Amino acid sequence: MKYQSQSVALYYFYGALVLFLVQVSAGLLAGTVYILPNLLSETVPFSIIKMVHTNALIVWLLMGFMGSTFYLLPEEAERELYSAKLALGQFWLFMIGALAAVVGYLFGIHDGDKFLEQPVPIKLAIVVVCLMFLFNCTMTMIKGRRTAIANILMLGLWFAVLLFLFAFVTPSNIAIDKLYRWWVVHLWVEATWELILAAILAFLMIKMTGVDREVIDKWLYIVISLTLISGLIGTGHHYFWIGAPAYWQWLGSIFSALEIVPPFALVIFCFSMVWRGRRDHPNQAALLWALGCSVLTFFGAGVWGFLHTLSPINYYTHGTQITVSHGHLAFYGAYVMVNIAMFTYALPYLLGRHPFNQRINMWGFWVTSSAVVFMTVTLTFAGVVQVQLQRVMGQSYMEVQDQLVLFYQMRLGAGIFVVLGTILILYSLMAVPKRAAVQPA
Amino acid sequence: MEERLTRNAARNIFYGSTAVCLTIFVALVAQSHWYMVNSSTAKSPLTESVAEGKRIWTERACANCHTILGEGSYFAPELGNVWLRYGGDTDAQAARDGLKGWFQAQPSGVEGRRQMPQFHLSDQEMDEVIDFLKWTSEINTQSWPPNLAG
Ligand code: HEC
Ligand code: HEM
Ligand code: HEM
Ligand SMILES: [Fe+2]
Repeated sequence: MKYQSQSVALYYFYGALVLFLVQVSAGLLAGTVYILPNLLSETVPFSIIKMVHTNALIVWLLMGFMGSTFYLLPEEAERELYSAKLALGQFWLFMIGALAAVVGYLFGIHDGDKFLEQPVPIKLAIVVVCLMFLFNCTMTMIKGRRTAIANILMLGLWFAVLLFLFAFVTPSNIAIDKLYRWWVVHLWVEATWELILAAILAFLMIKMTGVDREVIDKWLYIVISLTLISGLIGTGHHYFWIGAPAYWQWLGSIFSALEIVPPFALVIFCFSMVWRGRRDHPNQAALLWALGCSVLTFFGAGVWGFLHTLSPINYYTHGTQITVSHGHLAFYGAYVMVNIAMFTYALPYLLGRHPFNQRINMWGFWVTSSAVVFMTVTLTFAGVVQVQLQRVMGQSYMEVQDQLVLFYQMRLGAGIFVVLGTILILYSLMAVPKRAAVQPA
Repeated sequence: MEERLTRNAARNIFYGSTAVCLTIFVALVAQSHWYMVNSSTAKSPLTESVAEGKRIWTERACANCHTILGEGSYFAPELGNVWLRYGGDTDAQAARDGLKGWFQAQPSGVEGRRQMPQFHLSDQEMDEVIDFLKWTSEINTQSWPPNLAG
């Protein structure tokens, strides 16, 4: 750790990891209700469990991005954070707000737009937290060295927050409501967050491979150009069946099909940097996460996204288990993994130790990643059967679900391993061995 | 490639292409907004009651179990066309009574069957939710879903 104020990142990393465990546990519970549908149905219905699952996911990923930014920005800008105190205050406001939201959900206090269920006061608190964050980071950046990585990271963060303002748009016309919900959901995961992801991976590549910044920056600009060229108009793949004009079937299909290109470029980028750089970085676990992230982003977002993004196919798969399978692998491969890569890389520096618990961490990588992949494949099969029986043959929804039980049982089995893997990851990052060697200052 | 493309050129490509694509996207969405308000959702007027039904829909988070127009959760049936599934296009009163009966009968309590909670909606609230579902079923969705099963 070169700058004192980087240490606030510790709070964000630990907070994010705790919420990660909450998230997968809620997922496991939701998966259990699929098998035992009477479980908790009168006290905590499925709707609430799912809300906790997805909201905890979003919040911990954002918390991880913020922590990563607080770690990365001082090194890029070559100066202390504008205010470490503000960053700390922001953390507690965020954490308390998140916990208040979860407790509120359990008591039935929530809104109902998917992923944006936070009641208005919580949404406002999120905006305040984000403004504190952006102010602090922007001040740090403009007073320090300007790098491409910092610029792109901040651009992604600024636009992510601006787009969140569309979460306040909830018109009575449900079609219009949907039109703008995607300005948050799609333009987050397929535009702004991808800038954040690319910037963090580029930072890790510079630090771990020692490849020249000039080369890395160029790659970074190419990847994010491809992302936004395909991803902005690619939003159209959500406009096929919600009452929007028919031309979106063409535009949405073509542009979103191109969205497979940037994750592919990301894989080539990461592997070629590791190939041409030095390969002796002591933190092999962090490198594994970074490379794994590029690969599973390619499969989860790229391949599993392409699978159902053309409108003639999406006509049949829209809103089935195919969507769920893609949602899991994409979120895990891209945003869970980039966060864990950063935590794994940064924690030893933040704690002033040599990399520790690498074997356990790598076990966590393999167990969790294989289990999420297995879960995805299971749900894909469930989706194919569902499409055939319900969308093609016209059997009723509930009848079809009865025939998917085997897949849901396998999903639950995989889910148990996801949670076990998560515990391994948490343990490896949070239980610092007393004997871990101290890093020379 | 790396020799010919400088970092500054790559940066300019990024800002240039983003500005172009963003402009096109925003313009198309503005046009879509206009089309949706005036054409695809304009079959029946968006009454107070429909708006209130939408509000109840959101407040009770129905979409955290159900999909509507294919978006939401995948635990319970699609509701964008439930009005048609209940035969609302041929016998509106029977569909309305049928749906009210459904709301009142939940949870079914059947062992091993997924449960929908009892929301204790008043008669007026049920009417509003049903008006909202009816209104939604009339949106021009490019003939999605493929069949009545949703
Ligand atoms: C906890 C999950 C859950 C929530 C929340 C929920 N539902 Fe349901 N709903 C179900 C399930 C499960 C079924 C199918 C039950 C069955 O067939 O026995 C269902 C069925 C229905 C049906 C009948 C569908 C058909 O095709 O026959 C309607 C109408 C309905 N729900 C409306 C609503 C409305 C309106 C709300 C919000 C006020 C809502 N539901 C909230 C779980 C839920
Ligand atoms: C990391 C990036 C991505 C993440 C995290 C992600 C996640 C998700 C999630 C959670 C949904 C469900 C959304 C909802 O119903 O509210 C979804 C839907 C969808 N995604 Fe992605 N996605 C990513 C990238 C992509 C890409 C690159 C493509 C196309 C190539 C794609 C194609 C689709 C399509 C077509 C749907 C609609 C599914 C339906 O009709 O039900 N996604 N995505
Ligand atoms: C890191 C791991 C995980 C990630 C990133 C993740 C992500 C997500 C996302 C994005 C959704 C919304 C999907 C959509 O609506 O399209 C979702 C829903 C869900 N997840 Fe997870 N999840 C994870 C782990 C788990 C686990 C371990 C289980 C349980 C076995 C699980 C079970 C579910 C269920 C049942 C739903 C609801 C699907 C529905 O609406 O029917 N998840 N998850
Ligand atoms: Fe999308």
